[in-house]
Amino acid sequence: MYVATKGGERAIGAAHAWLAEVRRGNPDLPELTAAQVEAQLGLAVDRVMAEGSCHDRGLAALAVKQARGDLIEAAFLLRAYRTTLPRFGASTPLDTNAMALQRRISATYKDLPGGQVLGPTFDYTHRLLDFCLAAAGGSPGGAPEAEASTAPSPRVTEMLAREGLMQREAPVEAEPGDLTREPLSFPADRPLRLQALARGDEGFLLSLGYSTQRGYGGNHPFVGEIRMGEVAVGFTPPELGFEIDLGDITVTECQMVNQFKGSRTEPPQFTRGYGLVFGHGERKAMSMALVDRALRAEELGEAATAPAQQQEFVLSHCDNVEATGFVEHLKLPHYVDFQSELENVRTMRASVEAGR
Amino acid sequence: MSHDPGYNFAYLDESTKRMIRRAILKAVAIPGHQVPFGSREMPLPYGWGTGGIQVTAAILGPTDVLKVIDQGSDDTTNAVSIRAFFRRVAGVATTERTAEASIIQTRHRIPERALREDQILVYQVPIPEPLGRLEPRIAETRRMHAMADYGLMHVKLYEDIARHGHIATSYSYPVMVNGRYLMSPSPIPAFDNPKMDQMPALQLFGAGREKRIYAVPPYTSVKSLDFDDHPFRPIRAPQTCELCGSRDTYLDEVLTDDVGGRIFVCSDTDFCTERQAVREAAE
Amino acid sequence: MSGTGFPGFADPVLDAQAAFRAVLAAMSRPGQVQRLPPLPEPPPGLSPAAAALLLTLADSGTPLCLAAGPEAEAWVRFHCGAPFAAAGAAAFVLDPAARLGDLFPGTEEEPERGATLLLDVAALESAPGWRLSGPGIRDSQALRVTGAPPGFLADWAANRRRAPCGVDVVLCAGDAIAALPRSVAIEEG
Repeated sequence: MYVATKGGERAIGAAHAWLAEVRRGNPDLPELTAAQVEAQLGLAVDRVMAEGSCHDRGLAALAVKQARGDLIEAAFLLRAYRTTLPRFGASTPLDTNAMALQRRISATYKDLPGGQVLGPTFDYTHRLLDFCLAAAGGSPGGAPEAEASTAPSPRVTEMLAREGLMQREAPVEAEPGDLTREPLSFPADRPLRLQALARGDEGFLLSLGYSTQRGYGGNHPFVGEIRMGEVAVGFTPPELGFEIDLGDITVTECQMVNQFKGSRTEPPQFTRGYGLVFGHGERKAMSMALVDRALRAEELGEAATAPAQQQEFVLSHCDNVEATGFVEHLKLPHYVDFQSELENVRTMRASVEAGR
Repeated sequence: MSHDPGYNFAYLDESTKRMIRRAILKAVAIPGHQVPFGSREMPLPYGWGTGGIQVTAAILGPTDVLKVIDQGSDDTTNAVSIRAFFRRVAGVATTERTAEASIIQTRHRIPERALREDQILVYQVPIPEPLGRLEPRIAETRRMHAMADYGLMHVKLYEDIARHGHIATSYSYPVMVNGRYLMSPSPIPAFDNPKMDQMPALQLFGAGREKRIYAVPPYTSVKSLDFDDHPFRPIRAPQTCELCGSRDTYLDEVLTDDVGGRIFVCSDTDFCTERQAVREAAE
Repeated sequence: MSGTGFPGFADPVLDAQAAFRAVLAAMSRPGQVQRLPPLPEPPPGLSPAAAALLLTLADSGTPLCLAAGPEAEAWVRFHCGAPFAAAGAAAFVLDPAARLGDLFPGTEEEPERGATLLLDVAALESAPGWRLSGPGIRDSQALRVTGAPPGFLADWAANRRRAPCGVDVVLCAGDAIAALPRSVAIEEG
């Protein structure tokens, strides 16, 4: 009996000691440092910051190390830490227009003011395993450098909006809700939806975004613009009354341009799906933008029939910390309920037998 | 015993405790109604008792004596883990004796021993919405609760009867609280449902992942849904406990070999231990 | 200490916990008189019990309607940080002039948003006076309230008719409290 035996506490202690040993792996090999994770597994760190909804590269790297590379476990570690931190206030909105760009591409124009900037991307790499990386040592010859462009890079969506072809987002003066403090209630407004998506699971949003492309709530998307780079984080302490600069963070932003046939109140024009994530998270930002647009179906008077358009469905299931907890809780003992089901099925079988 | 100085007493910060405490008071004032609350990420996973843990952390004081059970047992791994958590972050005394506890956090069982007025029972709840399996949309079930529109649940139970000849729900069996709100008793076996009715102890329910708290005050009516011609019928294995000889407690079936050998023992390990002691003393 | 010369709890964590357990017991067992951990010295205008309840439950997330004078206001601003609001928009109301019918009762879907009224009275005793029944009470509970506002029982009956919406009341006298959750029925005698 794995339960009635005493010693659960000892067993747990021993299991966790074993975990620590397995985490360390072969002690003949040098131990991985959190700094190495931060520097060399940067995209894992970025994903953990995004889904852990806490921007701290060092802590995220530590979480990746502690979680043995399990990124959902790492996001959970970061979330559980984040929730204990005192809150000093909210930053002013990020100005991604003023981003120091590392990457900026548009699929809707061949060329545009500010130009296309590929940046450090996997795109157009041939996915051939590079056995040079398997051999330790050596650093790549540096990438060629060009003069930083001083030309402004206006937003594609803004250029369309000036022509009246892109729906303008109505500015919202109201303080946005905070889903980490107040539980979501439905229908949820767009700021809350975007919050949920920004910390949602990349895989879940990727699949939902993909489903919209395959006809489950499609909106004919074009990548208006993806930009990745550093933006300044500003904060206005109430006691000072003016904004101070807290430093720069890297974010990825995606603005999807979607067709819209018009409604009774709105003329035909393009509409926007928006994605923003911590770090370099292009797949996530694009998926988020697709799902954001799909979730706008109702406000734009479109039929909301596909899974990606149902906000209760999407928002209640996109959080991988919640999802993994509940799926994995099935490992906990359930024998009391199973016993009641056993008796139930036995009773039903007996009455079927008796009826024969 | 003292608590881990790295964290606030009982882990939660004071503003989170105030938020949870306000939710608990409203839950008590509206028996059976699910109160949304700003559930926090806890250092244990969602679905592993975070709702119960947050409720316990918000009510717990240094003079409390805490008992934690899972499946009726104090020694199941998750119960051990939660008990150790509170010993660490609150430094409270813990016990395995139901009679000695001032707060009992439970998953899936109500202790066999009748609880007293000076005790509080905290349930861990995975899915607080009793209508959820019939109507998954929260906006819709919220409307049904507002209107006390529970026809859907009666139809479901009636279909059970039509198909099986009896209500085929053996756990998480829905109850009406104070004649007003349909409530999930959490996944306790239906056998335990009658213990909730007019219980002298306060019953608090915490669902962390679903972010809901609800309550049944002491001495409050809790009725399992049924029909006049198909009255509610608690189910237990009709055997006798191998260890203490009990014939009226909820039993676990334990397989002893792979050719059909099995014994039945009390699921409430403290109750069983006490009965065994009484039996030995009498012999 | 800015703005107020009057202290809060000596131990903000454990005193708040003890006070919460007292108000939880009061709300769970309507009409039973409970004692709150005493404050070193409440500001003028607030009973020790009402002050302790505010420290325990009110903060920047709970709009408060307070009519207890400037010193009480300064004390609340410093120790609780609760924003002040009109009676009809407050989560907590501490205003002897407030009538139950004027306070926010919540909505059918969100009855938990109904306000909590903290009502100072002259004395609370477990003695015949009012006879309470409802959830939390085995048969009936006797409570003698000295100094309840005129017309309170009629207002209470109207409050009860709004169930599950309604206002919950905590009666305060010195360091004693007794609670009247919206579900409780009150008869005289």
